[in-house]
Amino acid sequence: MSDWIDVCATDDIEEEDVIRFDHGARSFAIYHSPEGEFFATDGLCTHEQVHLADGLVMDHIIECPKHNGQFNYTTGKATRLPACDHLGTYPVRVEGDRVQIQLSE
Amino acid sequence: MTTVTTNIPPRDYRLSDENAQLAFARGLASAEWYHTDVDRKAIKALMKRHDGPAIRDTLIWLGLLGVSGLAVIALWGSWWVLPFVLIYGVLYGSACDARWHECGHGTAFKTAWMNDAVYHFASFLVMRNPVTWRWSHARHHTDTVIVGRDAEIAVMRPPDLLKVVLNFVGIFDVWYSMKALLLNAAGVLQEHERSFVPEAEHGKAVAAARVHVVIYAATIATAIAIGSWLPLVLIGGPRMYGCWHMLMTGLLQHGGLADNVTDHRLNSRTVLMNPVSRFIYWNMNYHVEHHMFPMVPFHALPQLHALIKHDLPAPNPSIWDGYREMIPAFLRQLRNEDYYVRRALPPTAKPYREDLHEI
Repeated sequence: MSDWIDVCATDDIEEEDVIRFDHGARSFAIYHSPEGEFFATDGLCTHEQVHLADGLVMDHIIECPKHNGQFNYTTGKATRLPACDHLGTYPVRVEGDRVQIQLSE
Repeated sequence: MTTVTTNIPPRDYRLSDENAQLAFARGLASAEWYHTDVDRKAIKALMKRHDGPAIRDTLIWLGLLGVSGLAVIALWGSWWVLPFVLIYGVLYGSACDARWHECGHGTAFKTAWMNDAVYHFASFLVMRNPVTWRWSHARHHTDTVIVGRDAEIAVMRPPDLLKVVLNFVGIFDVWYSMKALLLNAAGVLQEHERSFVPEAEHGKAVAAARVHVVIYAATIATAIAIGSWLPLVLIGGPRMYGCWHMLMTGLLQHGGLADNVTDHRLNSRTVLMNPVSRFIYWNMNYHVEHHMFPMVPFHALPQLHALIKHDLPAPNPSIWDGYREMIPAFLRQLRNEDYYVRRALPPTAKPYREDLHEI
């Protein structure tokens, strides 16, 4: 079973930027791409557990603020060392002006 | 500035499992570090990547390196060669460190291949395996000056001052670098390297070391064949006779300051420097700022300093002033290795994170 969880308003995230979203014990990074689409990944870098919401979004890449490891946030794929393991990604939809993320229970 | 002594056990700098467990138990390994609060828009603007400044500086660097190198060749055998050897040596043996560092972070250029190309070239000049040292530096940023975790602590306590002085001509650094490269080339990663380099990267480390060793072997063979020191003055040698500026600036980064803390304001030093040193050093004199926000490129560090200086100890106004602070601290640490320099924060700063670093 899965639920759509309300995250934020669409204009809470600038284009080519990211915010942190915590839900229960889990933390996520929610992205607004340059094309206006929204994406969601695990919030913590797979290298050293640093939150990616403090990082830099460049096109479809999120760069970790601590060690400059990079991921493609549309696929979760690690693209630059020291990040080796991929990020989990989650479905996102926009309902009206709200961004929602789908989480498995 | 106040001076502080603490009462902690003797330091064991080995990157062993036992020391790692101790650091984790103390909350010092992979810890959450203090950061100055900054406006997201402001820091995003500073983090933004550009190719222009690094292309400009790299063209100047390589141009001067080429011109001074050609002058060394042309004037070899004459006393007139000496000033050109000194210039070439610093551009090779000192400027390489900052290029290795910034391109290793991937922040110098916007374009990834440019970062990688300069990183590999500079890694060769500075005699560092580009694979193992990338991981070593990641650890340095995770656990900055955490004893038993950080592989890049330049001056351990109590300080070995003879070693520090001899490293101004690269004596120990080159010895250890060549030993590491030869071992890596033979397929062996040392214990401390295995502690921070993932196994999947070991093959790349071996391949990179073999490339370096082949070039050094060819240089030595050429010198012997033509009966001249010139090849070694141009390749490899500058890592010794030209590294003094790298040491002079690099020691200031953390020397004499706190260890085993999780607030970069306590263990890192920002020093205002002349424009020539800042070019050679690529603005790493803003070292507290760099550690707090490692994604900010070298060319934006002066602006970052202006943005957060209200929350940092006042920078040392000169290299000379930095040494006047650091050298007495080294001397005090010979008698008491727990001693460190603790700089006063301005009234506008948040207090040091005592809760995170008291042991």
